[in-house]
Amino acid sequence: MITKRIIPCLDVRNGRVVKGVNFEGLSDVDSPVELARYYSENGADELVFYDITASAEGRALFTDILREVASTIFIPLTVGGGINTVEDFDRVLKCGADKVSVNSGAIRNPSLIGEAAKRYGDQCVVISADVKRVDGIFTVFAKGGRENTGMEAIEWIRRCVGDGAGEVVLNSIDTDGVKGGFDLEMLRAVSEAVSVPVIASGGAGNSQDFITLFKSLPKVDAGLAASIFHFGEVKIHDLKSLLHNNGINVRL
Amino acid sequence: MTAIIDYGVGNLFSLKSSLSYIGEEAVVTSDTKEIRDAGRLILPGVGAFADAAAKLRESGMFELVREEASRGKPLMGICLGMQMLFDRSFEYGEHSGLGLVHGEVRPISDVIPAGLKIPQIGWNALRFRNGVSPIFKYISEGDFVYFVHSYYGTQCDNHTIADTEYGAYLTAAVQNGNVYGCQFHPEKSGPVGLSILRAFCELS
Repeated sequence: MITKRIIPCLDVRNGRVVKGVNFEGLSDVDSPVELARYYSENGADELVFYDITASAEGRALFTDILREVASTIFIPLTVGGGINTVEDFDRVLKCGADKVSVNSGAIRNPSLIGEAAKRYGDQCVVISADVKRVDGIFTVFAKGGRENTGMEAIEWIRRCVGDGAGEVVLNSIDTDGVKGGFDLEMLRAVSEAVSVPVIASGGAGNSQDFITLFKSLPKVDAGLAASIFHFGEVKIHDLKSLLHNNGINVRL
Repeated sequence: MTAIIDYGVGNLFSLKSSLSYIGEEAVVTSDTKEIRDAGRLILPGVGAFADAAAKLRESGMFELVREEASRGKPLMGICLGMQMLFDRSFEYGEHSGLGLVHGEVRPISDVIPAGLKIPQIGWNALRFRNGVSPIFKYISEGDFVYFVHSYYGTQCDNHTIADTEYGAYLTAAVQNGNVYGCQFHPEKSGPVGLSILRAFCELS
């Protein structure tokens, strides 16, 4: 049986891992290469690197780091942040990324997912959606959660999958950084709307939140988190043992 | 030295890095002499079967790989590279493969129950078949490896060295003498995957 995946997410700016709380108030955590190695040796099933750099220097530094990670760590790597064109896909894939996650880039350029899927295959394209309730409607936000696109989220995600996105990362802005658990209502709506893997993001505060996630929503394939892993509040290996003991199939 | 066959398909950075990591000298090449001189060959691949098989033929690698394999050189196909070892594939039509492993490639939707996601993406456990293949000498049955696929090899029971359960048992790895194939990605399967590559690189 395929296992549920546990995925630490590393936000990288100027060569360092940072984690925002509700996308604001960033603080340095650790070296991306060291942290990636630590996670890989301690049970992470996959890593997500998110480049939140704005400058060209920062971008070059990020690809250097990516290359270093991909030369020493042999689990799947997903890269996102600043992916606006098919050339951006090419840039990170050449440095060892296996999957590329698009967010604002796909909102700005509606043909990006289709073009990238055609060139690199559906399995390579991940749609990452930042979603927040606005007047009770799941709404897509762009630019790291700062800009309301006015688009209804389920319809948007369905369209991205129809265009060739092979996986969905659903990040609930409403629960992100709050550590009160994943947004089960939002995740249920998305996982019932699409047939590709759905990765839950935003809100994990402890191990129980992952048990609740996989028990309540068997269609969710993976749980992603950052700060609870980075600060050692939850050790991935302990989390997976606990999931296993609760009858959830994981790679131990 | 191991030659990774470069025929313009897929991203070979991780594969090359994984071999360097285990101390194996590796070259990504489409050069006939380098391929003839190499101790082992790896045939990678991602994307669609017909497209990749056409590129393999156009690059002149199709016959070369077949010749080298029939001379007894260890060859490992990975993912679509494994599928190309088969006699034929039914991915969007019918296409012939290298014929180095007997059987055919069919959609996993033929055998898995409705409701399971396609492709199979993620870590799944290996069940050994037909004894323990030399490439598995450093790993154990039940170890997890990373899969991404919508098609699988079938009617290859005698050549199957491992399968994996995804609603049905799907071929995970094959062997016909010196020719090996992994449906999963050993270069993305952590220490287990590296151990499989290490065992393969010890073959001569």
